Amino acid sequence: MTIQECYKEMGADYEEVQSRLRTEERIKKFVLKVLNDKSYNLLCDSIAQQNIEEAFRAAHTLKGISQNLSLTALYHSSSALSEKLKAKEYDKEAEEMFEQLKKDYAKTVEAIQSLS
Amino acid sequence: MVKRKILIVDDSEINRSLLSDMLSSEFDILEAENGMEASAILHNQEHEISLMLLDIVMPVMDGFEMLTVMNKNGWIKSVPVIMISAETVPSYMDKAYDLGVLDYISRPFDERVVQRRVTSTIMLAAKQKELAHMVTEQLYEKEKDNRLMIEILSNIVEFRNGESGLHVLHVHTLTELLLKKLIEKTDKYNISKKDISLICTASALHDIGKIAIPSEVLNKPGRLTKEEFEIMKTHSAAGAEMLSRIPLRESDPLIQVGFQICRWHHERYDGRGYPDGLEGEQIPIAAQVVALADVYDALTSERVYKAAFSHEKAVEMIVNGECGVFNPILMECLLEIAEILKKEFGETSVGGHLERDLRETVEQQIMDIGELNMSERTFRLLEHERMKYEFFANMSKEIQFEYTATPEMLVLSQWGANYLNFPEVILDPKTSAFATEVFLKDDFEKFLEKLKKTTPENSIIKQTYLLSINGNPRWSEVIAKSMWTNEETPQYEGAIGKIVDIHEYLEKMNRLEIAMSQDSLTGLLNHTVAQSRIATYLSAQDEKKYILLLIDIDNFRKANDKYGHQSGDEILKYIGNTIKNSIRSADIAARMGGDEFLIFMEYKDTTKPQVERVFQKLHGEYEGFQISISMGIASSEECEVKNYDSLFKMADKALYAAKHKGGHIYQFYDKAVENAWSTRFSE
Repeated sequence: MTIQECYKEMGADYEEVQSRLRTEERIKKFVLKVLNDKSYNLLCDSIAQQNIEEAFRAAHTLKGISQNLSLTALYHSSSALSEKLKAKEYDKEAEEMFEQLKKDYAKTVEAIQSLS
Repeated sequence: MVKRKILIVDDSEINRSLLSDMLSSEFDILEAENGMEASAILHNQEHEISLMLLDIVMPVMDGFEMLTVMNKNGWIKSVPVIMISAETVPSYMDKAYDLGVLDYISRPFDERVVQRRVTSTIMLAAKQKELAHMVTEQLYEKEKDNRLMIEILSNIVEFRNGESGLHVLHVHTLTELLLKKLIEKTDKYNISKKDISLICTASALHDIGKIAIPSEVLNKPGRLTKEEFEIMKTHSAAGAEMLSRIPLRESDPLIQVGFQICRWHHERYDGRGYPDGLEGEQIPIAAQVVALADVYDALTSERVYKAAFSHEKAVEMIVNGECGVFNPILMECLLEIAEILKKEFGETSVGGHLERDLRETVEQQIMDIGELNMSERTFRLLEHERMKYEFFANMSKEIQFEYTATPEMLVLSQWGANYLNFPEVILDPKTSAFATEVFLKDDFEKFLEKLKKTTPENSIIKQTYLLSINGNPRWSEVIAKSMWTNEETPQYEGAIGKIVDIHEYLEKMNRLEIAMSQDSLTGLLNHTVAQSRIATYLSAQDEKKYILLLIDIDNFRKANDKYGHQSGDEILKYIGNTIKNSIRSADIAARMGGDEFLIFMEYKDTTKPQVERVFQKLHGEYEGFQISISMGIASSEECEVKNYDSLFKMADKALYAAKHKGGHIYQFYDKAVENAWSTRFSE
């Protein structure tokens, strides 16, 4: 799969990222790094432990990363969740947001893994 | 060309390396995961870092906390900060700008934007530094010129007066020393550091009025007539008049203070001076101080009408009121700076003093502008000092450390960190492995508590601890000096110190002490040491009761004759060991010399069982030699004066009695013993 196809698969905006990060090589390099990033795991753990403050930071980091790489779908779900967690509440709505984020993350990771 | 350094502070590795990727062709990149790590880097390399990119939301210490720390430590003035964050809420941005952030880069990062913002912020900051440096230099030059003009002017006066010109310099120095001491003692006069500088400069003008005095009067070698003296006295008012007539300058502080000094430096605290007969605090403080400085220097210098007095004589004359009447608090100041004065004027360092003062004045002015930027030269000096420090620290084989209170961290010297196998920078030291593994229990925390309780005047503490160095217990001495801010009420900032291994030294001292106190044959204490320890017990003001047992081997000489000295020594060793095994650890046992031993023990109610036990144990056979002993015993209860001598004498008399009865028994001291003794020796 090419990087452009991968972006399409993830629901991400390749044109936008290319206008900012300039080279395909660099984009690929950093997209691959997403696989090693720990913030998603930290987010899941923190929510499991009801540590909302830590969960907020993790969601916020994930938001920053996806924003920088124009991972649009993941950016939207992490942004929404981080706004929600910032208010220090974890209700039904937040739970749904978290579920959405999980789906987006899975899709993102799957697409990146199939990058050749 | 050396690349400039940029510090990126962000908790996400991807974000850091993305920025690093965009900037690394032009800059050297340092990375930190949170504010705490960034603080550690700034603490060591503040002046090497050209720019900091700072995220807001981070664990441990977030961006705003980091900015607060930077403001507190003054780092914000030397390290420009660009904030990076996706948060574009106005309240966030306002807060960041208020805390000294120069620019803002929002996510997502755009390579061109990042590069452009970084470069222009660095250039801007560099330009600002350069400008500040130029201002410093210009201020310095201007201040120097100002002073030069004033010095030329006052030298003209002195030249006419036939004086060397040193008088003006001396009065300047004296005035400064007196004023500095004065503000230490009281804030009654509300004098700032800036005021001191102003008064010192204006002090040069105190005698300009003399220019209006005819030279026959001014330079008359002998005593002035009453009329001549009246003319001479006009110089103070005349000087003030001259200053007040300078057009359009009436409100200039230098003119105002100069006026006060000229007109009133011959007033007396008791109101009997001239020209206005002002009394006490009616006389402006500037004039009071310069008057005292003037008198002191006149006394210690040679004049046409007198020789120079010594420093001590001059102070004595002033204090005794032989040369006018001064404010009592200024007299105190004079006495307290007497030592410094003697030194300052003993050496011909007045010029150096003025140069120092000039620097201080300029620094003060720069601080007033609110921008203390160090010049390039200062940087080089600092760098040089750091190299020197590192070198000596490595050579000394001591663990040197620096502790800062906020943010709390401990920085170890390079050598110390290697030696201990710790990182050089230890964050949150109280709970770190350093505090829990190297120190025992809460020793380290207590040591820090103690440091905090010191004062700037009494800032050094020293304590010996048993440390665990790489798993080995080592006695070590920790010496530290607390550090304080330069403010009026100094704030505790942290400390510097070192850990010195004194293990070998202590062990050697212990071995020596043991060797010194032992009887070499038996390993028991020697008499001298036993005596002093017993004396210590007896001198304690308590109710404890003791007995002293003196032991003598009955037929020792016979054994010596029969089996030879070698065997005699063996028997003594055997007895020594037996004694060691029959006493408790708190008891004292010693060989007094020859075949005599002593035992000193505490008892509660009765003494007999203890004595009986020792007595029985010491009887026995050693390699065919039948050992028999005699013992004399005295109790501290029977002492009229509870000390070693009287206790020993009683036990000795009892031993004598035991021997006299044929030996092989123990004898308590009692009336009968005393009587037998005095009968025998009074004959």
